[in-house]
Amino acid sequence: MANELNQLPDRGGPAQPLLIVNGLTKHFPVGSLLSGGKQLVRAVDGLSLTVAKQETLGIVGESGCGKSTASRLIMSLIEPTAGEVIFDGEVVGSRGGLPLKDYRRQVQMVFQDSYASLNPRLTIEESIAYGPKVHGIPHAKAVERANDLLEAVGLIPAQFARRFPHELSGGQRQRVNIARALALHPRMLILDEPVSALDKSVEAQVLNLLLDLKAQFGLTYLFISHDLNVVEHVADRVLVMYLGRVAEIGPVADIFGAPAHPYTTALLASRPSMDPRRRRTEPPLKGDPPNPINPPSGCRFRTRCSLARALCAAETPALSSSDSQHAVACHAATPGSGYAQSERMVA
Amino acid sequence: MNETVSQTRTGDYLVRARDLNVAFVSREATVNAVNGIDLDLAFGEVLCILGESGSGKSVTLRALMRLNPKGKTVMSGELSVAGHDMMALPDSMLTSVRGREVSMIFQEPMTALDPVFTIGRQIGETIVRHEGISRREAEQRALDLLELVQIPSAKRRLSAYPHELSGGLRQRAMIAMAISCRPKLLLADEPTTALDATVQIQILLLLRRLQQELGMGVIFVTHDLGVAGEIADRIAVMYAGRMVEQASVTDFITRPLHPYAQGLMGATVHSGMRGHRLTTIPGSPPDLRLPISGCAFAARCPHVVNACRAALPPFRHPEPGRAVRCVRFEEAA
Amino acid sequence: MFYYVVRRIIYIIPISLAVSLVCFLLVHIAPGDPIDAMVAPDTPPVVIEQVRAQFGLDQPLPVQFGIWLAKVVQGDLGNSLIKGRPIAADLLSASANTFILAMTGGLLGVLIGCVFGGIAGVYRGTWIDRVLLGTAVAGVSVPHYWLGMVMVIIFSVNLNLLPAMGAGPGGSTEWAWDWAHIQFLILPSITLCVIPAGLVTRTVRGLVSDIMSQDFITTLRGKGLRRSGIINHVIQNAAPTVLAVIGLQLANLMGGSILVETVFAWPGTGMMLNNAIFQRDIPVLQATTLVLALFFVVLNLVVDLIQTAIDPRIIRR
Repeated sequence: MANELNQLPDRGGPAQPLLIVNGLTKHFPVGSLLSGGKQLVRAVDGLSLTVAKQETLGIVGESGCGKSTASRLIMSLIEPTAGEVIFDGEVVGSRGGLPLKDYRRQVQMVFQDSYASLNPRLTIEESIAYGPKVHGIPHAKAVERANDLLEAVGLIPAQFARRFPHELSGGQRQRVNIARALALHPRMLILDEPVSALDKSVEAQVLNLLLDLKAQFGLTYLFISHDLNVVEHVADRVLVMYLGRVAEIGPVADIFGAPAHPYTTALLASRPSMDPRRRRTEPPLKGDPPNPINPPSGCRFRTRCSLARALCAAETPALSSSDSQHAVACHAATPGSGYAQSERMVA
Repeated sequence: MNETVSQTRTGDYLVRARDLNVAFVSREATVNAVNGIDLDLAFGEVLCILGESGSGKSVTLRALMRLNPKGKTVMSGELSVAGHDMMALPDSMLTSVRGREVSMIFQEPMTALDPVFTIGRQIGETIVRHEGISRREAEQRALDLLELVQIPSAKRRLSAYPHELSGGLRQRAMIAMAISCRPKLLLADEPTTALDATVQIQILLLLRRLQQELGMGVIFVTHDLGVAGEIADRIAVMYAGRMVEQASVTDFITRPLHPYAQGLMGATVHSGMRGHRLTTIPGSPPDLRLPISGCAFAARCPHVVNACRAALPPFRHPEPGRAVRCVRFEEAA
Repeated sequence: MFYYVVRRIIYIIPISLAVSLVCFLLVHIAPGDPIDAMVAPDTPPVVIEQVRAQFGLDQPLPVQFGIWLAKVVQGDLGNSLIKGRPIAADLLSASANTFILAMTGGLLGVLIGCVFGGIAGVYRGTWIDRVLLGTAVAGVSVPHYWLGMVMVIIFSVNLNLLPAMGAGPGGSTEWAWDWAHIQFLILPSITLCVIPAGLVTRTVRGLVSDIMSQDFITTLRGKGLRRSGIINHVIQNAAPTVLAVIGLQLANLMGGSILVETVFAWPGTGMMLNNAIFQRDIPVLQATTLVLALFFVVLNLVVDLIQTAIDPRIIRR
């Protein structure tokens, strides 16, 4: 192998989505075998999405919606119950497809907990150089690369390279994690709540950095967050998840400007207003998101939805689109679904 | 009745702190977490203390009921809460003030509630402690409280353990416990930060409603400008253990005066900033183990002049009800 | 919960079988021929084979195990090779004696451990903590038999306050809770309590200081509970774990008092085991080990069930 690691070339051309996810499903069994009563946590249920090259797809949702499980499935960190992941035209991990090792070189992940994702016994330089060394890059070259990356994420190598994770602030550690993720010249980053643990002023720095790096290295992002403002700021398209399923997906302007799913509407309306003259008087939704163990039949949002009718309990709404970009899984928003004729639910 | 009278009387405050200092002392170092804070809260007023991690906002809040770890904490200054001189109050009387006149809710209701006690018992225990009623009566009161904080099937939840409830319900139970003896002052330490978006707004609205119905004063600590905008009457911004700005919520949100507050506002992502670079505050907050001379924000401030480093800027009052600790706020605006 | 209890009790059967198999085999794995211990060194080989056949030691191992197990289930633990008497009766009185000693020493140790540990945990980092923890570490580190002998020298030989050997006027079979007997119990049980006291101190201290540093303690202080109220919460949080440790300690003491029983000539299972080992009395060895092991299993079950019953965080189906 050459002693230089470069970004792997584009194979499918610009029209080929970088990532296609097809019917990805993960069910976790709970309860012991002996107890007999086996239950399933339907963490992710038939997730399909595409991410175009050099695009940022944002995934939003509340706790238990399956967004973190989805990221780990896409990263092949856990085995899916069903479904496949296609990277630049090649099926990941299957025979004749893209081997996992090559896939993981091209897709890297950054987690929320900046401290837990770094080895506390390695200096940050060693942490960043570790990946390239595993891929056969000589030590000196790998260290050189680590220093370049530290520079790229805004940490002066002379000052930081020899420090240990506990000697850094949360924001600095997250920069190191980003540098580490970039060490293998990936084409795509999966960012799982990368700024959620950071203070606001630091969050802004890291978001700016992420946008800069994207332009600099031609990266594609899958950006997972519970913070709608952050997603609106960084994403090109947004996917809204609720209890393991896609509620709505579309361009950022559509999702934030003209949301079609009642859950998206409620989520947007739940944001604090910043303006004390326009305070909310009624919460958009009541109660907590339900447990993904034994989710409701039909539309999973119907238990909290003010629009729910009999049809919503009987039939699962399919993800249907008015145009090719914006799709929504809601009977009420889909003409011809039979919603208008369906009986109102008595709560 | 009495309270409405005292509310109108000037100079009569629920909380009044003058030059409040809190330091944590250990063998290795002394951390000056809170450095000379002045704070006034009127009866029935909602004050948000806004700040980032390490700003001393939570320490200040805990200091108001002397809840910082005993033995390690050194407090000085003047502090009066609900008419009690908190610096002089003996421990035995302090425990009668806590939970009855002043109570507190926390960020993480999962860890802030005892995992092996039922919700009903934890609420009832507070009432028994302060009102000396029987445990059975206290259970009944606990049930009423759960209904007051809108917990569905409240009767069943009384015998639930914290881990059996969802995050939102746990925080409601925590609130029920805090208001069980109708305190005059509620201290809230980031109570919605750990919650989902759709639940956060429910809890904020609940707190606002309870605050109005019970006429409590509330001090609400948060790092989130949006949350402050939903609930505060007045905002106080803390940086490196000092108060740097105080203003009414409307004044503050429309026009923050202190360069740090402006930086914080610029760094907060909100709608309509897409495509723009976010304003950031360069550098990081000072080390509170070392003495700070002058303005603590000077090292990161774009408007810094020599005078900032020379001495601690005094509070200036550009308009009534506003205070800002900055030498150059006119130029910064 | 009901099904959990039933299931746990059913689990006892395979566990006990496995335990008895191990007890049986251990003795056969150990070097040395038990026949040697029973016959004179110059016995002709023919006689040796006769003796071997008489005790069934010439059969293949699985058959020996089957025969032994069948008898054990009926309460026949066999005869001692040395004394020629049924083991069951001896073992019963020895177990009773050991039980008296282990429970007295164990409960004393647990009591000391909980008090020391609780105080050390509440005052963690202070001189009180250091003194108590130092005592605990010393207790765990001091060899049993040495401490026993020192106590004998001080209290029996020099001060002549307490008897040094045996279990009192009733001998090994007739224990009574009167001073004539209790004075024989004092030295061995104090010697025995030292290790569990040290271990429980350390566990309780760790638990208490861990619980005291949790967020909910701040909540409890914040709602105005007095120290006694907070301690009540700490105790209920610590109880399930402390209980598990106590259970294991008591079980350990049942089998682990060999040296102490030997030093004080206490007629319990420990001394019985000790003698059996030196005399290669295999049936006694097997029976004693089995009874102790089963006691361990049952005590574990009891601890587990109590723990489940008092800790709402443990969900058993």
